[in-house]
Amino acid sequence: MLTDLLGFPPQVLFGQLLLGLINGAFYAVLSLGLAVIFGLLNIVNFAHGALYMLGAFATLGLTQYLGIGYWGALIFAPLIVGAIGVGLERVLLRRLSGIDHLYGLLLTFGLALVIEGTFVKLFGASGIPYPTPEALQGGVNLGFMFLPFYRGWVVVASLAVCVATWYLFERTKIGAYLRAGTENPRLLQAFGVNVPLLTTLAYGYGVALAAFAGVLAAPITQVNPLMGSNLIIVVFAVVVIGGMGSIMGAVVTGLSMGVIEGLTKVFWPEASSTVIFVVMAIVLVLRPAGLFGKPA
Amino acid sequence: MSDVIENHDIGGQHVSEHIEELRIQDLHAFYGESHALHGIDMKVYQGELVTLLGRNGSGRTTTLRSIMGLIGHRTGSIMLKGEEVIHATPHSIAHLGVGYCPEERGIFSRLSVEENLMLPPRVADGGMSVEELYEMFPNLAERRRSQGTRLSGGEQQMLAMARILRTGANILLLDEITEGLAPVIVDKLGEVLLELKTRGYTVVLVEQNFRFAAPLADRHFVMDHGKIVATIKADELESKQHIFDQYLSV
Repeated sequence: MLTDLLGFPPQVLFGQLLLGLINGAFYAVLSLGLAVIFGLLNIVNFAHGALYMLGAFATLGLTQYLGIGYWGALIFAPLIVGAIGVGLERVLLRRLSGIDHLYGLLLTFGLALVIEGTFVKLFGASGIPYPTPEALQGGVNLGFMFLPFYRGWVVVASLAVCVATWYLFERTKIGAYLRAGTENPRLLQAFGVNVPLLTTLAYGYGVALAAFAGVLAAPITQVNPLMGSNLIIVVFAVVVIGGMGSIMGAVVTGLSMGVIEGLTKVFWPEASSTVIFVVMAIVLVLRPAGLFGKPA
Repeated sequence: MSDVIENHDIGGQHVSEHIEELRIQDLHAFYGESHALHGIDMKVYQGELVTLLGRNGSGRTTTLRSIMGLIGHRTGSIMLKGEEVIHATPHSIAHLGVGYCPEERGIFSRLSVEENLMLPPRVADGGMSVEELYEMFPNLAERRRSQGTRLSGGEQQMLAMARILRTGANILLLDEITEGLAPVIVDKLGEVLLELKTRGYTVVLVEQNFRFAAPLADRHFVMDHGKIVATIKADELESKQHIFDQYLSV
């Protein structure tokens, strides 16, 4: 019946919707990290894809060398990569504060090349498989589609992290500091808030979000030194659509762009890899600050 | 330039010349290549309200920003409560008990009125409670859920004042708090400053509105071209009127 109406089996539609939702969950977590970083540091963090990849490799390393499984890696990999982010901010990015955004973009782009190049040299360019955790193997037949447990978990975990980040930013004192720091960091510092420390922690948190997405991705995409560079361009398009620095924009746009991409795969597969960029172009023409961004 | 003041009582509050809250010596400040302050010397005693008067560009705002550590390049000495802060960071200066109210008010648009009010961390004991502040500024209580920048100019100024009074800061650096405000709001701010004097706050007030500042201040520092050119005590206003005429008239 539904097949006659749609012209193709509903499983195809729902399957692509689920795939879109999973991709959207990754876009949301990654663009959320970029939004946090851009908000406080005014840096377009091109190293984000490489740090996402580091999250996946940290998961692999923790499991292979320290015997810490997936669930432990879900906690420790973001902490480890977040700490690397803190180091990068203290040693390199801090020197760029107050100067043109372009320098931050160039530095982080260079960092991404160095990190990815090093990992390609060490591990090769092909993917290393990471097993799906035992508890999440298998799936459930929903009638209209088969839902693998792990894919459902990715969506739930991503949404939980997005909601927690939104709560942190919008409902807590530290969130008020972060929002105020986005607007006028010098005045916030004159009120007695240690803004340089806040900035370091914000970068660390943004990077930890990227690493968290990397842990979630490890069993799905295989662990690959270039896994981040393939994703980061789409994520930047998502950030532009949502509005640079907007927390809500990052989450809503990330999820909806994943779904739009999935739907396009059903109706016009050839356009699925470009649809997000078409949306970006339209948004830039009609609303240059993005759907959720505030005009400068 | 004289910086010695007499023991005196103003508004029921005793000003002590024995306790220096702020001492600035040979302060120079620079914006890039531009030399903005050319050797400022001044002392402010506990419980005093002093003004920095002068034309636009005379260096009054730069002096406040230098005290707060908001000017990147400055030399000389700034002692706050006996502590040298010329190389200190703005957040550590604030924690010496200093509250700063910038000229542009600095209300955060992404925060509500109450979030703006609660934002600055406590820097010392004895700050006013939120209830006291809402009693002092009833308009803020009515609009506590509004976005900060939806307030009128006068309400924004009240919010900018209220949020530093909550922190426990007892040295207040206030920059042009009456600028662009209706007379009734200016009167209200005058009442608040008198109240703060009776509570023992030390206030450095940058003002262009001499009529507002004259009845409130214990001393006036007149600035011109990045220097203090005269210090005038409250009881010398008439005898030294010619100095105001010379440096403040347009």
